[in-house]
Amino acid sequence: MTDMHSSSSRSLLRDEQTSPDLIRRHRSERLFRRLGLSAILVALTLLGILIFSIVSKGYSAFVYTTIDLEIHFDEKVIDPDGARDKSTLQSASYGSLLRDAMRAEFPEVKSRRDLRTLFSVLSKGAAHELREMVLENPDLIGTRQVVTLTANDDLDMLNKGFIKRDVPEEDRRVKDKEIAWFDHLKEKGAVATRFNSRFFTGGDSREPELAGIWGAIVGSFYTLLTTFLISFPIGVMSAIYLEEFAPKNKLTDLIEVNINNLAAVPSIVFGLLGLALFLNVAHLPRSAPVVGGLTLALMTLPTIIIAARASIRAVPDSIRNAALGLGASRQQMVFHHVLPLSMPGIMTGTIIGLSQALGETAPLLMIGMVAFIVDIPGGVTDPATVLPVQVFLWADSPERAFVEKTSGAIMVLLGFLVFMNAIAVVLRKKFERRW
Amino acid sequence: MLADVEKPEKMQSKAIISARDVSVYYGEKKALNGVNLDILENQITALIGPSGCGKSTFLRCLNRMNDTVEGCRVEGDIRLDGQDIYAPNVDEVLLRARVGMVFQKPNPFPKSIYDNVAYAPRIHGLARNKDELDDIVLSSLEKAGLLTEVRDRLHSTGTGLSGGQQQRLCIARALAVQPEIILMDEPCSALDPIATAKVEELIEELRENYTIVIVTHSMQQAARISQKTAFFHLGEIVEYGETEKLFTSPSDERTQGYITGRFG
Repeated sequence: MTDMHSSSSRSLLRDEQTSPDLIRRHRSERLFRRLGLSAILVALTLLGILIFSIVSKGYSAFVYTTIDLEIHFDEKVIDPDGARDKSTLQSASYGSLLRDAMRAEFPEVKSRRDLRTLFSVLSKGAAHELREMVLENPDLIGTRQVVTLTANDDLDMLNKGFIKRDVPEEDRRVKDKEIAWFDHLKEKGAVATRFNSRFFTGGDSREPELAGIWGAIVGSFYTLLTTFLISFPIGVMSAIYLEEFAPKNKLTDLIEVNINNLAAVPSIVFGLLGLALFLNVAHLPRSAPVVGGLTLALMTLPTIIIAARASIRAVPDSIRNAALGLGASRQQMVFHHVLPLSMPGIMTGTIIGLSQALGETAPLLMIGMVAFIVDIPGGVTDPATVLPVQVFLWADSPERAFVEKTSGAIMVLLGFLVFMNAIAVVLRKKFERRW
Repeated sequence: MLADVEKPEKMQSKAIISARDVSVYYGEKKALNGVNLDILENQITALIGPSGCGKSTFLRCLNRMNDTVEGCRVEGDIRLDGQDIYAPNVDEVLLRARVGMVFQKPNPFPKSIYDNVAYAPRIHGLARNKDELDDIVLSSLEKAGLLTEVRDRLHSTGTGLSGGQQQRLCIARALAVQPEIILMDEPCSALDPIATAKVEELIEELRENYTIVIVTHSMQQAARISQKTAFFHLGEIVEYGETEKLFTSPSDERTQGYITGRFG
């Protein structure tokens, strides 16, 4: 033992072992670490810029500008017979109540043109808001009330500071007169910024201040529901068959290769396939979640099959042997043991596939889900749009106020995506298993 | 054949399994070459031999587990109580209920101890109600010598047991089907010496009611627990006979070489 130690006492210290080879090795390692670190920094910066730009543009979509106005709910206008008949109340001219209130507020405005501009300070939805109030509470008729009404989108933009006052009047959507009226109302304390619940509960609208994404959320829900119901069972069954039952031969190899290729096909191609198959051949309703869901199911299938096969393969053979050795049939082995054990992995893959489908736009453009739809869809065959298409539609709209709506919708969409991926991560962590 | 060294006057019990001229191919490769072997009832038969000699392959023929291996082909004739187990109308599920198996690595299902043992009785419909199932589970655990250790945690997971306990759980699970024959494929190779001793003790106890065929790499184990030993080499049975005789005065020099450690 002792002579082994004494024979060589080669130094382990770096400064004494300054062979050029060692120095080069250390240098290259340091360099590699720095490259890796800077790659991550670049990625994080880009992500940060993305999130900052969306949030900074979009946060204002969640609030809106309101104007408090004293309205005289004139019985002569709303319900001349005094019968409180619902259809009468529904069809009454609430716009004239608004116009009277505005005239009373700004008695100095006389010319027809100015009056028209004045009336447009309020949103086109304001008359509808009055109608809702009266229908809900007919006792309002005949009284004078200060009510909160939605402002027009241009004034909303002005209030939020997106329309600058220092821009020359001819380049500005809001004219000096309107600014003066707005300031007058603001001094009175009639202007307020409130949480925009309509953004989350309403359907689409041509008026930015009235537009909401609930219609798109419901459309996305029905579309994804269809996608899930079609692609999950088919995908899982294919995976089980290919992994557990199919003979390994040229044909199954070919199928495997093609499934992998299918996962890489551009989504627009699936859209065209959906158009040709579901609309032109099967004559399913246009713009409907059922068609969108079927089309996205085509796209999601390979993802689910690949994920399901991987997690079925990850179940160790010892479990299969154990089941078969006890006299379980192949099917019992699969459904009692292999499938339950691989289910967390399959669910994770499915959720990831569905979140891809949730973010997909192009194939839905091909099957007409790009339509302008105001009503909230009530089922899978009603015309609908989905979140990413809503983003596309709003981004395409000229009004300044749609910029914040677009970013707001993106935030909601990203929220759903993050939520779904979080579920996938939680599932994976919770059911993680060591063999 | 070389294997037929069985002397009739020594047969104190009947052959429950008789294999005649069994050959097994994995694709093009021949893993077993014309094996003849009689497994005697209520005895422990050890299959020994160097790695790759075909002893596990032969074992897996006895309950048709080789059917699950892609590209595997079995030729020859294997009879269980006179029935050809490879006959086309034989249901391998029924066969495996009579010929249970315990594997090299303990492989309990990731379920509770109770569910592990209750699984086979459930799928074979052996219990008419919950009480009967409880009886089967408890008596199987009892027979496997595990009941005292797990009585108060029957519903905790089977994978949480120690390696030796897991293997005894797997034996209990196999016993719950009420098989006649239990095949064991190196059941102790993943266990420490103390767990091995317990499993060996258990195997010797089980001999009273079951016929056991055990593949083992440990010649000491074969010598300790078995009554009959078959020595496999290169896909053939070189020598088969009383364990005592095979280990003390082997008739073939390859057996001699293997048991004295000159190859293998």
